[in-house]
Amino acid sequence: MADNVWILGIHMTKFGKYPDKDTVDLAAEAALGALKDGGVSMKQMGVLAAGNLMGASGGIGQQLQKQIGQTGIPVYNVANACATGATALRTAIMAIKAGECDYGLAVGVEKLAGVGLLGAGGRPKSDKQEWQPHGRYGAVATVDGRIGTETMPGVFAQVGMEYGHKYGGTSFELFARISEKNHAHSTLNPLAAYQKKFTVDEIMNDVMIAYPNTRPMCSANCDGAAAAVVVSDAKLKTLDPDQRRRAIKVSASVLTTDPWQEACQILPDVNTLTRNAAEQAYAQAGVAPEDLDLVELHDCFATAELVHYDNLMLCAPGEAVPFFESGATWRDGTSPVNVSGGLESKGHPIAATGIANIWEVCHHLRGEAGDRQIEGAAVGLAHVIGLGSACGVHILEKAA
Amino acid sequence: MGNAVPLVEYLALGDSPHLVANQCTECGARYFDRRNACASCGGTSFEKAPVPTEGEVRAFTIVSMAAPGIPVPFVAAVIDCDGTTVRGNIINTDADPDHVHLGMKVKLATYPIGTDDNGVEAIGFGFEPV
Repeated sequence: MADNVWILGIHMTKFGKYPDKDTVDLAAEAALGALKDGGVSMKQMGVLAAGNLMGASGGIGQQLQKQIGQTGIPVYNVANACATGATALRTAIMAIKAGECDYGLAVGVEKLAGVGLLGAGGRPKSDKQEWQPHGRYGAVATVDGRIGTETMPGVFAQVGMEYGHKYGGTSFELFARISEKNHAHSTLNPLAAYQKKFTVDEIMNDVMIAYPNTRPMCSANCDGAAAAVVVSDAKLKTLDPDQRRRAIKVSASVLTTDPWQEACQILPDVNTLTRNAAEQAYAQAGVAPEDLDLVELHDCFATAELVHYDNLMLCAPGEAVPFFESGATWRDGTSPVNVSGGLESKGHPIAATGIANIWEVCHHLRGEAGDRQIEGAAVGLAHVIGLGSACGVHILEKAA
Repeated sequence: MGNAVPLVEYLALGDSPHLVANQCTECGARYFDRRNACASCGGTSFEKAPVPTEGEVRAFTIVSMAAPGIPVPFVAAVIDCDGTTVRGNIINTDADPDHVHLGMKVKLATYPIGTDDNGVEAIGFGFEPV
């Protein structure tokens, strides 16, 4: 068993709209912030893992190096849908676990403000004047809209509805109340893209995107970046007491993909791979779900948050609805979930998300979360899922 | 049949339209796309398997915002056709939560999509309330 890896420094930009900054500006702000937070410099880094999903072919890692330090270290540019940030972090952690270096830097950045509906990729070409089969389904015309939906709000709406069909108890209002919680939480987070409280009525009467997800129940497209410096156990022991005190232990770092299940190629199965990742993470960390003081999970849509209560085993199987209705996942509940405001209000600059949620948890474990501090937080979990699918789960613990 | 083509290859037209899956001869996993191998067991041998035309709505959404050019609202759904799960729209009923519900019984229905310059009609499918 390799030694522990620690988060030494971590930073996120405020999420929002940055018309005057490019992805490299935002990545640099996050990376320099993380280095400063950790009391280290680019010269000490032995590996850089970087992600920018929308510019995945652009080599964001090297572009970043050209602004903040071309030290010749290996760069891994990663792309793993909404799990890109977690994948970058995990890549840096793996390099340290492999003994290749003592320090690693992971960065995720995205500019997404104003991009609009994601997943509407199968843009209708004008229907051909001669029907010709194309692609793996031999389709003669656009299937998006004719055979289900490719859009993210619609896919994740069905994920939540499927849970309701299996276990009962879901309703439009229930999903809206999950969104109400996260928007309420966001009012305490100055780095959230939106800090607006909504009533359930306001949420339900807002613009319908894909029933039952209205606009405030969808993750907010925005710009932002997050970065983390990770360090080996051996190196940390040589650092200053203050650096050691603020270091956060990575008790588990797991990445999974979806194992084959009946129907998983019809509607993405976001459940099995999340449950698998959670099981592995709890085993790695020697932590049980009830030990968690806070959870940041991937509420890309309100309908998704519900199923992940179950997938992350925060409740008994099938009990996500009563679990939410008990108030457990509000910030004053027994299992606070998305006290940052979640993707619905904090925002979801895709590749940044999987590090920004780690930042949120670290912030509480360090006791530095200000007004939204979960008192006495010692153990937290961060979860992301990228459709396709990839799931990242990290369990973090404060220094003993 | 010279004057009609299916929207997708896995829709069989004729007197009793139905969907046809590629079924792995090793493990029975079913797929609707062209296969290189089986994602479940790795097998490379497939046979055609007709899918029951009646089923139950396992999940749905009513899409109100879609890519440009796609008419909204429409109901996208996941249908359990006696153990084989299928994706399709719920058609021939109003696209609102009063007319579509989880567990609803539905059956396959076809409809014309359009005619090309050669006079060939493309036929799509959906599921309508039983």
